[in-house]
Amino acid sequence: MTPTSPPAPPGGALAVAGLTVRFGGITALDDVGFTVEPGRTVGLIGPNGAGKTTLFNCLTRRYEADEGTVTYDGADLLAVAPHAVVGLGIARTFQNLGLFPRMTVRDNVLVGAHARARAGFAAAALRLPRVRREEARLRAEADELLARLGLTDVADRPATGLPFGTLKRVELARALAARPRLLLLDEPCNGLSHGEVAEFADLLRALRDDLDLTLIVVEHHMGFVMGTCDRVVCLEFGRKIAEGAPAEVQNDPNVLRAYLGTAA
Amino acid sequence: MNGTRTPTAAPAARAPRTRRAVLKPQGVLLAVLLVAACVAPFQLVPFRVFQLTMVLVYAIAVLGLDLLVGRTGQISLGHGGFFAIGAYVAAVLLDRWDVPYPLTLPAALAVTFVLGFALGIPALRLRGLYLALVTMTIAIFLVPLLKRFESLTGGSMGLTLTKPDAPAWTGLAQDQWLYFCVLLVTGGATLAVAGLLRSRVGRALAAIRDNEAAAEVMGVRLSRYKTLAFAWSAMLAGAAGCVNTWVIAFVSPDSFTSTLSIMLLAGIVVGGLGSLYGPLLGGAFVFFMPTMSQGINQAAPGVISGLLIIVIMYVAPTGLAGLAGRASAARLARKK
Repeated sequence: MTPTSPPAPPGGALAVAGLTVRFGGITALDDVGFTVEPGRTVGLIGPNGAGKTTLFNCLTRRYEADEGTVTYDGADLLAVAPHAVVGLGIARTFQNLGLFPRMTVRDNVLVGAHARARAGFAAAALRLPRVRREEARLRAEADELLARLGLTDVADRPATGLPFGTLKRVELARALAARPRLLLLDEPCNGLSHGEVAEFADLLRALRDDLDLTLIVVEHHMGFVMGTCDRVVCLEFGRKIAEGAPAEVQNDPNVLRAYLGTAA
Repeated sequence: MNGTRTPTAAPAARAPRTRRAVLKPQGVLLAVLLVAACVAPFQLVPFRVFQLTMVLVYAIAVLGLDLLVGRTGQISLGHGGFFAIGAYVAAVLLDRWDVPYPLTLPAALAVTFVLGFALGIPALRLRGLYLALVTMTIAIFLVPLLKRFESLTGGSMGLTLTKPDAPAWTGLAQDQWLYFCVLLVTGGATLAVAGLLRSRVGRALAAIRDNEAAAEVMGVRLSRYKTLAFAWSAMLAGAAGCVNTWVIAFVSPDSFTSTLSIMLLAGIVVGGLGSLYGPLLGGAFVFFMPTMSQGINQAAPGVISGLLIIVIMYVAPTGLAGLAGRASAARLARKK
């Protein structure tokens, strides 16, 4: 269970090694390392404040790492500009929704395809034929995605005032519009009812298989984690305290202590 | 999977019909406006035609400022400065080198675009009130600067030019010709902005306005889009300044005080932030409000525009253009 730090894992793998992030005196991540093989679904669990979202923010270059390395598909992820991360095939969702509230659901999804399109200011202002073609293609793809996630009905509604579960799906659709190979989901089940969680888990599994996705999911819903993930990494106070198959991690004494406290 | 797919099939088939129903009144309104715009100069006395022309001139500037404020969520209190620069570029070219009128427009566009791009760099670091203050210095510095280079700008006296005559083949009077020239530029600018907004670029700008962090995660390069939005916005203000020179045939530093920047900002608030008809209403506001309120008191324009901004923010946060939409939404709600 030592952190693996191979030089360059083959095709599409994510390797995190020795990752450390400090905010002033607080060490949010402390020497965290793990590998995600392509096609896997990895659950990232841990009590609040364990550093799960900080880890996501490092992977998407929102935070600078103080130490450590992150390689994705053989490339040094920490040297990539924040806006270029999605171009490598990495998309994410946010814990408390990161939607664009004054845009329609469809336009939110279309922003997801930003990195896959070319139109610049001048070409768009002149509405050149290639811009029209690109726009038609993007719209068709977005509509397909909206249909797949059951969002066609709300496509022209602004992305506010819809049920939370629907907005979560909108955010998922937006991330998928980027055609990611690695998808980072930050608490996708938060705020969903029991039935919705099961439905969402089915949807996610189907999407993963159809689109060949590699998933890292931060989630507190243990039923979801146990049923969906191949591997689980548990963080506590920025340190990795357990890693392994879901059932293994669930019974790990360190994990039990982190969640329930020490037995008296 | 089947369970989620079936219910969406029926609304998908219905969608085109509802969309056509939404588009129709808009299309009718646009057609009526266009016809009215073409007929108006033949029905009105020259002074009214001039007033209408000036509304169109200011509409271009308001359109440009709205691209920045309403669509991208940035702010500028310096757009009067870009308006002035566009006006002076045209005036100096006409005065010094006798450049043909139409060629002053691309020159004004180029100069204001480059300046806008350079001055857009502070927009990367600053936001809100701080950005407002920094951009305001553009407008404040420009007036004394224009007075300095007397040989080129004519100093405080400004430059007096002759208005272009209509080509003989048109059979139009001078005021009508100018009106149509400006209408063409306003129409072109509106189409360009509409194209911009309907595209990937417009969505990226709106994404920056709504949630910068999420926009960046989706691949929007913030620095590039913010500076380019500022440059395009400045360029449209410059275009407005250029055609202003065509119409007025006179520039002087004191016609472009920092009040103009504030009036333009008030124009987008009154007309409606982020709406396509807003700039027209805003243009009318920028032109008519000062002349009308000056009759009451010299200081009245500032006071009235300030009060109007406050009232509109409370009563109609979507501006005059948004009122129609809000009214029809309210009517629909009552029917239900």
